[in-house]
Amino acid sequence: MDRPQALIGRAIERKEGRDKVTGRAKYIDDITFPGLIHGTTVRSPVARGRIRGITYEGNIPWDEFTIVTAKDVPGENHVALLMNDQPLLADGFVNHPEEPIVLLAHPDKYLLEEARRRVKVDIEPWPAVFTIEDSLARKVLIWGQDNIFKSYLVEKGNTEAVWANADVIVEGEYFTGAQEQLYIENNGVVAIANAEDGVTVWGSLQCPYYVHKGLIPIFKLPDDKVRIIQTETGGGFGGKEEYPTIIAGHAALLALKSGKPVKIIYDRAEDMAATTKRHPARTRHRTAVSKEGKLLAQEIDFVIDGGAYCTLSPVVLSRGTIHSAGPYYCPNVRVSAQAVATNTPPHGAFRGFGAPQSIFALERHMDKIAHRLGLTPEEFRRRNFIKDGETTATGQVVKDKVDMQALLTKALALSNYHAKREVFPEQNLRSKKKKGIGFAAFMHGSGFTGSGEKYLSSVVGIEGTALGKVRVLAASTEIGQGTNTIFAQIAGDALGVDSAAIEVAQPDTKFVPNSGPTVASRTVMVVGKLVETAAIGLKQTLVQSGLLHEGYTTLQFEEAVAAYVKKFGQLKAFSQYKQPPDINWDDAKYQGDAYGAYAWAVYVAEVSVDTVTYDTHVDNFVALQEIGKVMHPVFAAGQIEGGVAQGIGFALYEKVIWKDGRMINNQMTNYIMPTAADVPPIHVFFEEEPYSCGPSGAKGIGELPMDGPAPAILNAIENATGLSLNHVPLLPEDMMEAIHG
Amino acid sequence: MVKVNCKVNGEKRTLRAHSMARLLDVLREEAQLTGTKEGCGEGECGACSVFLNGELVMSCLIPVMQAEGAEIRTIEGIADGNTLHAVQQAFLTHGGAQCGICTPGMIMAAVALLKKTPNPTEADVRTGLAGNLCRCTGYMKIFDSVLKAVQGAAP
Repeated sequence: MDRPQALIGRAIERKEGRDKVTGRAKYIDDITFPGLIHGTTVRSPVARGRIRGITYEGNIPWDEFTIVTAKDVPGENHVALLMNDQPLLADGFVNHPEEPIVLLAHPDKYLLEEARRRVKVDIEPWPAVFTIEDSLARKVLIWGQDNIFKSYLVEKGNTEAVWANADVIVEGEYFTGAQEQLYIENNGVVAIANAEDGVTVWGSLQCPYYVHKGLIPIFKLPDDKVRIIQTETGGGFGGKEEYPTIIAGHAALLALKSGKPVKIIYDRAEDMAATTKRHPARTRHRTAVSKEGKLLAQEIDFVIDGGAYCTLSPVVLSRGTIHSAGPYYCPNVRVSAQAVATNTPPHGAFRGFGAPQSIFALERHMDKIAHRLGLTPEEFRRRNFIKDGETTATGQVVKDKVDMQALLTKALALSNYHAKREVFPEQNLRSKKKKGIGFAAFMHGSGFTGSGEKYLSSVVGIEGTALGKVRVLAASTEIGQGTNTIFAQIAGDALGVDSAAIEVAQPDTKFVPNSGPTVASRTVMVVGKLVETAAIGLKQTLVQSGLLHEGYTTLQFEEAVAAYVKKFGQLKAFSQYKQPPDINWDDAKYQGDAYGAYAWAVYVAEVSVDTVTYDTHVDNFVALQEIGKVMHPVFAAGQIEGGVAQGIGFALYEKVIWKDGRMINNQMTNYIMPTAADVPPIHVFFEEEPYSCGPSGAKGIGELPMDGPAPAILNAIENATGLSLNHVPLLPEDMMEAIHG
Repeated sequence: MVKVNCKVNGEKRTLRAHSMARLLDVLREEAQLTGTKEGCGEGECGACSVFLNGELVMSCLIPVMQAEGAEIRTIEGIADGNTLHAVQQAFLTHGGAQCGICTPGMIMAAVALLKKTPNPTEADVRTGLAGNLCRCTGYMKIFDSVLKAVQGAAP
């Protein structure tokens, strides 16, 4: 054997890394075709209303333009997702600002932009709804019978029986704002379409098969006439999960009508104003606690703002609901959750997917209860942490060998928490800068919720090439998180060969099976396991053929693959997801095993609040988590550090300013994300408690780091200032108001 | 349309462009050097950073006429043939690149920083890269990459 070391657990070189550091990697805007023309979108100037007419004005050679409206959609004019309520192009009525109404294409980008400004859409404005409160009050009905996309009720035990005799009841209300994903590469696609070949779209996207599924009804085409190819993707974070179906559909409509390849690349202002963001949320807690500091009952009312159309709101709501009671044991829990409609662009997937919202509320509320009881935040949590064998809010029996006590002890030691808790109050007496330290404890479920993975039934393939390499066939996309490299590690170890022998196919629906969307912290844990089993299958085939003998080197393996392909024409193996038998979920009652596994974490934030400038700075950050197995130490730490920075942005920097349903600070100049000068040192630590169904024991970590920073930071701010602040983002102007009332 | 004579990555070029075009577009479309990226188009994100006469600039803010007679260096001109620049190698080894879209600009900014400050502290690196936004890494691995590139280059 020429492989003394396993690939998993080592920081091997990023598969596509060399292309990325040299500028050779081809992103969507780097790709062109002969005869390519550019497309753009004319959008609604108002939040809600009836379209009275469209006029094409000015000194524009309109006959040179390809113009598409709703009547040009050959099939069904909707974006296929959970419900089909969202039109691909508004037809007679608009429900949010920036809703697409007309598409234009022309070879000259500059003229195209001038033309876009000359399309006038005359809209009769209708009353609109912009807040959760107004939507719930139903003064105006804007969606369905009640403005509600989805509600859930999770019930464990009987909360009603507790309130009357509870020692202490603590209530609280918590708010989180919208957040822009702010991938540095904007949304973009190139489409080619004609009657003979159907539709082909190249794009910056997370989920090729979502786009595939979406375009089939729009163009009334059979599966094999729609082809979606993911190009190198400059960040996603959920923002390229469901949205790309819309821009892909638009470009393909223009391509079909013009007969030319059409490229649509949003500029930053359009991307920020028109595409999805994290759902704003309001969470109310009512908690009964005993004198001894034991949770007796939790009543949680969780509401998210879904925007104008349903899109993924029910699923975001689901994850937020399930995570809302956190890593604690409480015998009686009642969570009622609602996703409501407002006349803003639809909110959508963003790393964490509802959990950062509900965990923010819970972890602020836990500090509040502790203060009320006269216990430290640490002690109160220690009395309530969930243990193996106990049940979560959905009645799931925890089997992860979780030890939150040890995790908390270690995180507090690593951050020198107790000493700082001791000295900061003393120091703060003599300084205008108030220092504080706080933490949050939480968990994040890996993979689709409940029976989601069963319905997806993901498939991964692996094939030998004529040159003796092995190629992983999956629709799971590399968006920076390391999919290509980690799949090569998993396949390489399963086959006992070097990573150079492994290729990862470009996600192209013509050639790769549907391994499901690249979302929900599922790519390593769920899809990676399929890569492993498919690789084992391929090896068995080779061994059984007599071409490969145990004790082989990578070179001998490659020779065997090449020989097999030459002899039999092809070498392929597939693996399909089967739900482990011990996972049971009841969709109707919302009870059971919500996730196959959870990652568990304690994050500690140290802040200073400047009482002169009102600026809050995070000075130091410790992120400790148990994730099953560290597959690639550099990538794993990179995921956590990046997520923590986004979490810091969510807490302190990133504020979407709304006016009549429209984001008005849709520029990087006035929507502020953390820079190199803003982020604190982020210290990342891992514990490993292998999960039996993950490859080498791995669980998902993609979303986890988004959950902890905001509550840890606001808990630290309370420690620094004594101010109990319960909304994020918390910008200096909010701090000024909080200090001066 | 105008013609702009300049040197790009050491090579004499005559680039045809709209007179109001941005250097960024001309590099990407006319010179076909697509390694330089557009992130925001308003000089906030730094993804389009290139060297213009040795100075780090954001090419989305440079009218192409300013490139007349200039020497321009882009990410494509940073490696020495197949041998990566120490900064590129460090980004590759130490996790400085994730999705890779900010990476060309970030590497240009790091190279510019090391030209002025060959032995930077972490604080120097933070300041030197503060004009380049990265949404993936939280910057930790980028700082690490730049500092390791210096160590790697030391005798």
